[in-house]
Amino acid sequence: MHAGPIVDSIVRIEGLTKRFGAITAVDGVDLEIRRGELFALLGGSGCGKTTLLRMLAGFEVPDGGRIVIDGQDMTGVPPHLRPVNMMFQSYALFPHMDVAANVGYGLRREGVRAPEIAARVAEALEQVKLADHAARRPAQLSGGQRQRVALARALVKRPKLLLLDEPLAALDRKLREGTRFELVRLQEQLGLTFVMVTHDQQESMSMATRLAVMNTGRVVQVGTPHEIYERPASRFVADFIGIANILEADGGWLALRPERITLAAGRPDTANTVAGKILDIAYEGDRSLYRIVTEGKGTMVVSTANVDRMQPASFARDQDVWLGWSADAGHRLSE
Amino acid sequence: MNGRARFAFTVLAFGYAFLYLPIVLVIVYSFNESRLVTVWAGFSTKWWQALFANEAMLDAAWLSLRIALVSATAAAAIGLAAGYALARAPSSFGRTLFGSLIIAPMVMPEVVMGISMLLLFVGSEQIFGGPDRGFLTIALAHTTFSIAFVAIVVQARLADFDRSLEEAAMDLGATPWVTFRTITLPLIAPAVGSGWLLAFTLSLDDLILTQFVAGAQSQTLPMRVYSSVRLGVDPQINVLATIIVCVAACALILSGWLTRRKV
Amino acid sequence: MRYAIALPFLWLVVFFLLPFALVLAIALGTNAPDVAPPVELGFSFKNFALLFSDDLYLAAWLSSLRIAATSTLIALLLGYPMAYAIARARPERRPLLLMLVVLPFWTSFLIRIYAWMGLLAKNGLIDQFLRWSGLADNPGSILGTEWAVHLGIVYAYLPFMVLPLYATLEKLDSSLLEAAADLGARPLTAFLTVTLPLSLPGIVAGCLLVFIPSIGEFVIPDLLGGTGTLMIGKVLWDEFFTNADWPLASAVAICLLVLLVAPIALFQRQQARSLERRT
Repeated sequence: MHAGPIVDSIVRIEGLTKRFGAITAVDGVDLEIRRGELFALLGGSGCGKTTLLRMLAGFEVPDGGRIVIDGQDMTGVPPHLRPVNMMFQSYALFPHMDVAANVGYGLRREGVRAPEIAARVAEALEQVKLADHAARRPAQLSGGQRQRVALARALVKRPKLLLLDEPLAALDRKLREGTRFELVRLQEQLGLTFVMVTHDQQESMSMATRLAVMNTGRVVQVGTPHEIYERPASRFVADFIGIANILEADGGWLALRPERITLAAGRPDTANTVAGKILDIAYEGDRSLYRIVTEGKGTMVVSTANVDRMQPASFARDQDVWLGWSADAGHRLSE
Repeated sequence: MNGRARFAFTVLAFGYAFLYLPIVLVIVYSFNESRLVTVWAGFSTKWWQALFANEAMLDAAWLSLRIALVSATAAAAIGLAAGYALARAPSSFGRTLFGSLIIAPMVMPEVVMGISMLLLFVGSEQIFGGPDRGFLTIALAHTTFSIAFVAIVVQARLADFDRSLEEAAMDLGATPWVTFRTITLPLIAPAVGSGWLLAFTLSLDDLILTQFVAGAQSQTLPMRVYSSVRLGVDPQINVLATIIVCVAACALILSGWLTRRKV
Repeated sequence: MRYAIALPFLWLVVFFLLPFALVLAIALGTNAPDVAPPVELGFSFKNFALLFSDDLYLAAWLSSLRIAATSTLIALLLGYPMAYAIARARPERRPLLLMLVVLPFWTSFLIRIYAWMGLLAKNGLIDQFLRWSGLADNPGSILGTEWAVHLGIVYAYLPFMVLPLYATLEKLDSSLLEAAADLGARPLTAFLTVTLPLSLPGIVAGCLLVFIPSIGEFVIPDLLGGTGTLMIGKVLWDEFFTNADWPLASAVAICLLVLLVAPIALFQRQQARSLERRT
């Protein structure tokens, strides 16, 4: 998480709608993105996040609503006239040009003079640590290198807004973690506004300043990762982000995170308790997840940190246990 | 080889033999001492010498070559536009109709196209006083039926084209036209080249359509060959055939090389 | 985009559609041998009437259809196994095999037919071969018979049959055949119940690409057939060049067009459908 930016909207999306035939991909979305933040659009496939991003870039024309970028209505404006640049999921590097030509392409379109192009391209490649690959062709680069070229190509134009379409999806696990860090560092260093689309909630939580959770074309919650995790707006959000136990309580529901529940052999003296039997244990190294069949509250999931090196788990399968949680451990939900 | 592989091999061997036997024979007999294609009388290059001294043939060849160059280029340009429209225009009844119009000349019997284009040129002579039947009319006719072939090649290539490259270009500030010029066209150029080669060979070879729209003065190579073979087998034609086969083979190999794509 | 559509569209309207209108106009006119052009415009159906009443023309229509249909069938019987064999060949061999099928197409059509003239003539190689192998005593010249015409058409249009068939067969998912075998189908049954039905679009395309142009074929019947071989393309040519009867020739052209509208429309629909699938 970063320090919060001065609240100053760079993008305002009002009532944005997009239909494809009988399907409404984006349904009356209102959103506000602040200058200098790394904003994530999070959701499963088909939730409309990619369509929303493409409308920001100008590749899809909205059927209703409007998009205001830095005070100007950009709703019908074609992509080549927008101060917005995109890093594509497939990187879309031009195969018939070398790296330097790829990165300089946007500057040539602006009519920038050759010496200045060369200087800015060199600077951009330096920033993504690909300075000595300038003469290579995309086919000769690795996946991670290609991504950096795509990033340099977008950044060299100093756009007001940088859009990233599933930036980490094509990378392998180890590379993903490094790139995650790099992207955040770059964004903070350059002071740009990033909007990224992802289906990976861990990614969005660890990178974003704020994020919007989307479902079936609508934004269901906007907030900082902490707000969304601790105070989900609905059962959908609670369930989508991390693991949540959804319990019925006073005409509504209670979202209870697994790490807020204590597991004990005897009845604990917390405000709420319930007895149960351990159904299954998932050992994940740093933590263990217990699946417990309770008396009266259905199946619940509890997680405990594994602090003891010697013992893989504190409890065993089929063991009778007690669950306990404090009065303010959960979050009330009305939908 | 197992049974299935043997069957496949036999079928292909027979098929290729069927396709190539006449061609091989013609090439072999172009070096035959005697006029006959039934009896081999010894190796000789005399028919080769005769052909290259045959003024009428050479003139006809030159005419055919020039017509082929012009019509292939025109067909490539128009076919490129047509193939692009077919690949990119949103699906609609209009596009289906357009597609039918583009492809129709390819399946139309040449005698029908021949008579119709001749009537067009005669009518235009009546109304506008021109053009005279000859180089121009033949080139126009050849262009018309070649468009379909180029369009199909271009459309197939564009169907495989990665559109995110075009989106990236526009995202970086290129207008649709500049995107086409700097990104799309360079990348589909080999396919267009291949289409050009096909249009070129088709034009060199065309007889029926040419016969209808040519004037009295113009004799293309196929026309000469046709009037010659009606009288029977002619060894100079064998020589010509050999040359054409070699040219065609080179053109085809070149076309294949152009359209090979490193994945 | 507008220009991309406009340019080819305008060209084809002027050089393809407009001429057909002229052909129709001339077909409705009368022959006027003393004028240049030898046509007197009018509105008369007598050219068409002649085409449908005269025995010679009717015979020409029927024999054209018959020869085209038979040739298409032979081309299918030869082309299907070839396409199948290429589609099942090792992937690195396929481009070469296809190129070998396509090369004759790039070689002059006229030259190839001419080549057959030599082969089929009296004392030509085929004749010699038949006598030597004992298959026939004195076959004489095959040139000048209808069989030569069939042979010529199959020879000339074989690539047009093989390519669409190959395109369809190549896309066939081999796991479908494995599933059929797994469920108890013998190879022949699997072929008849899975491969054949799924390759139907290719069969239709290939057959139409051979049938449609060969109905109006001229060069092949002229060079390989005899005076007894009646094909409508030759009729059109003779009416136009030998008899200089433009209206009658135009009427033949119109009738040929009408005859072909259904097959051409079928072909277009097929192409459109494969276009939809790809884009």
